[in-house]
Amino acid sequence: MYFDSFTDFIAMGGHGTFVWMAYACFLMVIIWNLVSPAIRRRQVLESARRYWRRVDAESQSTESPS
Amino acid sequence: MNWVWFHKWASPKWFFQKTDALVLWFGFLCLILLTVGTVWGLAFAPEDFKQGNSFRIFYIHVPSAILAQSIFMAMAISAAVGLIWRIKLAHIFVEVAAPIGASITLLALLTGAIWGKPTWGTWWVWDARLTSTLIQFFIYLGIISLYQAIENRDTASKATAIACLVGIVNLPIIKFSVNWWNTLHQPATFKLTEAPSMATEMWVPGLIMMIGFYLFFAYLVLIRMRSEVLEREKRSAWVREYLEKKDVL
Repeated sequence: MYFDSFTDFIAMGGHGTFVWMAYACFLMVIIWNLVSPAIRRRQVLESARRYWRRVDAESQSTESPS
Repeated sequence: MNWVWFHKWASPKWFFQKTDALVLWFGFLCLILLTVGTVWGLAFAPEDFKQGNSFRIFYIHVPSAILAQSIFMAMAISAAVGLIWRIKLAHIFVEVAAPIGASITLLALLTGAIWGKPTWGTWWVWDARLTSTLIQFFIYLGIISLYQAIENRDTASKATAIACLVGIVNLPIIKFSVNWWNTLHQPATFKLTEAPSMATEMWVPGLIMMIGFYLFFAYLVLIRMRSEVLEREKRSAWVREYLEKKDVL
């Protein structure tokens, strides 16, 4: 490791605020990029499920009209 | 015939089935590369003799700035392919890549501003490189809102594709801004034709991050494209089979 102690690592020679702020932005962009397609996927699966449920219900009602 | 093998890639079903395993591999690889690159860049790489530890922002700023431009290049090529050969998957690529590109451009701008404060003494200057990158961010936002503003999907795809082809004019402006105008931003550190002018133990983690960023983009594009393919093909029998396999239905 380049730093002598964990405190040194956090302080980054006085540049800690900037370095950690930049890496926090990085983390936030990663999280957003993972969460938003997961939400979209859930929506898509749900709408496809509803579509096929409706199709099944309709085909059943035409097969046995009672 | 052999030479038409690539036509299969235009088939949504074929694409969906072939990328099933690929997604996991991309996700796994980029997780490893980004973790190794981040730990190496933050804790093991030496500091810069002039900039000190603020140099560590390099490991996210440079890959994100380069990737942001590559994504737009890929979108423009894909837009042209979509317009010329009427391949729907090419249009889907453009639509799903735009929000990823916008977020990566924002990351480049934010990390640049944060790096600028300790290095230049200011968060922001209206110089050529910074302004043209900000414009790039607005172009991404414009493309996203253009697609969302048009109700009809085919019309929206076409309009978005044309906007991408127009927007590409900004890429050489960003690239050459550091040579054409006086700017605080330094010119490119890395050139394809020359050995890097940076110490090896400094640029190797940067290279790892760069590959990690590209794989992360590939991973995100694939998972987003797969969702859009499912949405558009939800009435076909193979989607039903997929839903049953996933226990959704």
